Amino acid sequence: MSTPTVAEDSTEKATLKSAMHDYWLRIKAGDIGSLPAVLGLVALCIVFGSMSSVFLTPGNFANLLTQAAAVIVIAMGLVFVLLLGEIDLSAGYTAGVTGAVLVILITNHDVPWFVALIASVIVGVILGFGLGTLVARLGIPSFVVTLAAFLAFQGILLLLTGEGGTIRVEDKTILAVENSNLTPTLSWIFFIAVSVMYVLSGLHSINSRRRAGLKSEIIKLWVLKTIGLLIITGLAVFALNVERSNNPDLVSLKGIPYVVPVILLLLVIGTFVLGRTPFGRHIYAVGGNAEAARRAGINVKRVRIAAFMICSGLSAIAGMIFASRQNSVSPTTGGSSTLLYAVGAAVIGGTSLFGGKGKMRDAILGGLVVAVIDNGMGLLGYAAGIKFIVTGLVLLVSAGVDAISRKGNSV
Amino acid sequence: MSTPILSLRGVNKSFGPVHVLRDVDFDISAGKVTALVGDNGAGKSTLIKCIAGIYTPDHGDFLFEGKKVEISGPRDATALGIEIVYQDLALCDNLDIVHNMFLGREKKRGSVLDETSMEALARKVLDGLSVRTVKSIRQSVSSLSGGQRQTVAIARAVLWNSKIVILDEPTAALGVAQTEQVLNLVRRLADNGLAVVLISHNLNDVFEVADNIAALYLGQMAAQVDKNEVIPRQVIELITTGKSAGVESAGAKR
Repeated sequence: MSTPTVAEDSTEKATLKSAMHDYWLRIKAGDIGSLPAVLGLVALCIVFGSMSSVFLTPGNFANLLTQAAAVIVIAMGLVFVLLLGEIDLSAGYTAGVTGAVLVILITNHDVPWFVALIASVIVGVILGFGLGTLVARLGIPSFVVTLAAFLAFQGILLLLTGEGGTIRVEDKTILAVENSNLTPTLSWIFFIAVSVMYVLSGLHSINSRRRAGLKSEIIKLWVLKTIGLLIITGLAVFALNVERSNNPDLVSLKGIPYVVPVILLLLVIGTFVLGRTPFGRHIYAVGGNAEAARRAGINVKRVRIAAFMICSGLSAIAGMIFASRQNSVSPTTGGSSTLLYAVGAAVIGGTSLFGGKGKMRDAILGGLVVAVIDNGMGLLGYAAGIKFIVTGLVLLVSAGVDAISRKGNSV
Repeated sequence: MSTPILSLRGVNKSFGPVHVLRDVDFDISAGKVTALVGDNGAGKSTLIKCIAGIYTPDHGDFLFEGKKVEISGPRDATALGIEIVYQDLALCDNLDIVHNMFLGREKKRGSVLDETSMEALARKVLDGLSVRTVKSIRQSVSSLSGGQRQTVAIARAVLWNSKIVILDEPTAALGVAQTEQVLNLVRRLADNGLAVVLISHNLNDVFEVADNIAALYLGQMAAQVDKNEVIPRQVIELITTGKSAGVESAGAKR
């Protein structure tokens, strides 16, 4: 019994080494993925943590997540469009318009929140269908179509919110998304349930590859990665479960904000669609080489339209998050820097502006980077102007890394 | 010659006033490499696009395994087992070899991609073609050399139990060693019983792997002859003038 174990162990060691080597080769070849975003996130946390006593507190951490939520969800939608090598500049105001639809239905027409939410997502999907049709069927560049929509949707939002300018939302469920938390017990149950599912799905895929006699990921590497991920997320849950209210007797603030499971659900669905379904594969194919995709019998136009529909549909969810965070919608909901932050988030996370490269999780990583800069510099007392400049530079660096790695790849 | 797997008889195709193909006869046999040569504008591309169903001929008959068939779209051609490997490869750089081989025809379990069976099948096909140069079939196509990319494109074409594989200038952009690799692969395809059509400008390549040679001249089939019955100079004459002393012209054969 002992001899085969040793033999197996030594091969695993060798392959672990070769796996590291392969990873290094991939990085050198320009396939850096989300490495810069992870490193950047760690570096930013160290810098802000050492400069501000508030930054690394549980209260600020929870705050960071709720601040980043809407931008992350828009960025998730943008990943679909960016994968095609297209862009949707109107996604921010799509969130505004659909958020307004949601709030108007709830506040002015007493519609139940879930009906209103479904309606607003449908409105988003229809807007996306319009954008996608103009891009795919008429061949107008997506930059121009969505720039026009950016202006037009801003107008629609202004008309919807009317003279008063602000419509309040008082529905408890909608408000809870950004303002309430799971109880600490529920938080741990949620964490354990998600972890178990993650581990089981990982084991299942390794097992099925083994059974088919294919080279699978090295067990040791997978175990290391999984344990690392579970420790980090476990620590996050622990931090969020700490009481963060200044006056716990009056209001208690602890647990995972509701918006976190919402984003996690979107991440799982999005990752599944992109990675495991033919539709997702076709999105990558169209982004990589549209002509090759067409010759392979893929309906390129339909894929394009669908991507825009998904992007605008997700923007509608972001609209709901905005409404929850601001307790209302106003003519600036989803406006100002929202869209640029969202594009920045996707690109900083590792999604290529040239299409064909990117993942759902990029939106979350990049969204956190953007939120950390915004939050940390705010805590340090920098003016909004400086924040914009720094975020702009970070975006420029990420886009530069993307362009250079692409060049390195093609040589 | 054994009964051809696909015979074209009297195929004509015009684009407006331009008469591109005139009464073309063309035979493709299983287990043979048929080279299709001709100068630029002779109609080679139009001819293979007619076979692939991208163009529909104005008139003319297609006989597949002796039976008359209609090819009125790419789907018809695919259904008959006809696959084209285009000159500009049509691979997605950002996807890996397995993804590219199954692009547009992914294997599914329910509505989910069946990666394991796709990878196993891709491995089997590449092994069947004795392709040993690719390190991992999970590497992205962008990291492959020109010859390896051509190999992937060809492997994709034979993945579907295809009977006829048409290669449009597969060696045009390759170096010496890689050209040799691809030509070996072409030969192996035919030895495995496939009917291979090789379009090439390079007569060295043609004489190296082809079993018979069809020369188009200004939209007409100048001649389709056994490789061993001609020498390169005669083929050049067929390409440039449409006739050559000592070669029976396609018209006279009938």
